[in-house]
Amino acid sequence: MNQLIISAATEGAAEANPLVPNVWEMGVVLVGFAVLMYIVVKFVVPMFEKTFAERAEAIEGGIAKAEAAQAEASAALEEYKQQLTDARAEANRIREEARAEGAQILADLKAKAAAESARITEQAHAAIESERQAAVVSLRSEVGTLATTLAGRIVGEALTDDQRSARVVDRFLADLETQSAGAAK
Amino acid sequence: MIALALPAQDSGSFTPPGIDEMHLPAILPWGAHDGFSKQMLLVILSVVIIATFFILAARKQQLVPGKLQFAGEMAYGFVRNGIAKDIIGGKDFIKYVPLLFSLFFFILVNNIYGAIPVIQLPSFSHVGGAYVMAGIVYFTWIIIGIKKNGLKYFKLATVPSGVPWYILPIVVPIEIISNFLVRPVTHSLRLFATMLAGHLIVMLAGSGIEFLVMQENVLLKGASVLVLVGAVAMYMLEALIMALQAYVFTLLTAIYIEGALHADSH
Repeated sequence: MNQLIISAATEGAAEANPLVPNVWEMGVVLVGFAVLMYIVVKFVVPMFEKTFAERAEAIEGGIAKAEAAQAEASAALEEYKQQLTDARAEANRIREEARAEGAQILADLKAKAAAESARITEQAHAAIESERQAAVVSLRSEVGTLATTLAGRIVGEALTDDQRSARVVDRFLADLETQSAGAAK
Repeated sequence: MIALALPAQDSGSFTPPGIDEMHLPAILPWGAHDGFSKQMLLVILSVVIIATFFILAARKQQLVPGKLQFAGEMAYGFVRNGIAKDIIGGKDFIKYVPLLFSLFFFILVNNIYGAIPVIQLPSFSHVGGAYVMAGIVYFTWIIIGIKKNGLKYFKLATVPSGVPWYILPIVVPIEIISNFLVRPVTHSLRLFATMLAGHLIVMLAGSGIEFLVMQENVLLKGASVLVLVGAVAMYMLEALIMALQAYVFTLLTAIYIEGALHADSH
């Protein structure tokens, strides 16, 4: 720089010293900068800062909202899982109940069927017994009648002769057979 | 730099552009040197450009930004988070964001003028603007230091803790000179000198190309291509330096403010 000034001076030209300022230029720079500072302080910085603050708030709000949504979603998931577990337990319970009920019904039916069959057997036994009784009764009376008839025959034929009595018995039995055969017909 | 000027040729000698070329004739009144200069117009224009761009970008305040708003937020966030928050930190960095933001974009736009073809003139290639910017920052950090620490601030800023007493007579003057005298000077001249030098180089390359093209000799005419290649490379470098200087200026401001805020821990 010095060399520049010196060389300029030695050339003899009336060059201005570059370090001496022009007062008017200084004034213009000062005023210009003051105006710029005023505009920046008054408008530019507040507007940018407001935008930055709003943006930060929006982002933080968004994060909070997302967190809330996340929490809600996990709560809902938990609830669904709980419900699913409950439903499974319920289904199991119902199945168990149904199985138990089915077994119960089956047992009941078996018992009823057994009772019924026992009853029917009982009835059959009773009927057979009564028939037998009736048969015995009727047989007795018939045997009596037959015995009486036989006795009368025997008495009527005179029972002294063994041959005769044997013939009588044979005849009786033959009669009886024919009778029973006739009865069978 | 000037010593590198090409030797005189057959068809006239090459006169490199000098400092005077920095002082273009004023726009109003036409032709005078103390009137309304191109730099003044550019400075006013820069205020309009920055204010318009950022008000348009910030106005909609949408949560999901459009292209313009996104660009504005990127630029704002660069200064807010990349400089103010990183350097100053704490809770009160936001108080200094407007100053740092205005400084960065005011200097950036005024520097980038130098890389725009028709305009081709960085405003801070005149030292006045750089003095003003550095002066604003100088008083800002001193006032911040006094507000924060009271008048004890000057002691905190010049007497480093943990230094043996017998070294203090050497250290304290150095601290005073480096913090309160040299700092604003380097702060302003760094910006001014880089802009001036960059502008000079571009001008030199431009006039060099013009001179070489005018030569009769075909080889010399052809040599202008080499200068053009060099000029494009320098132009790229200058564009980088223009952005870098705006960043450096703002970064140093943040460092000075941080130093004033936490003078007791330095």
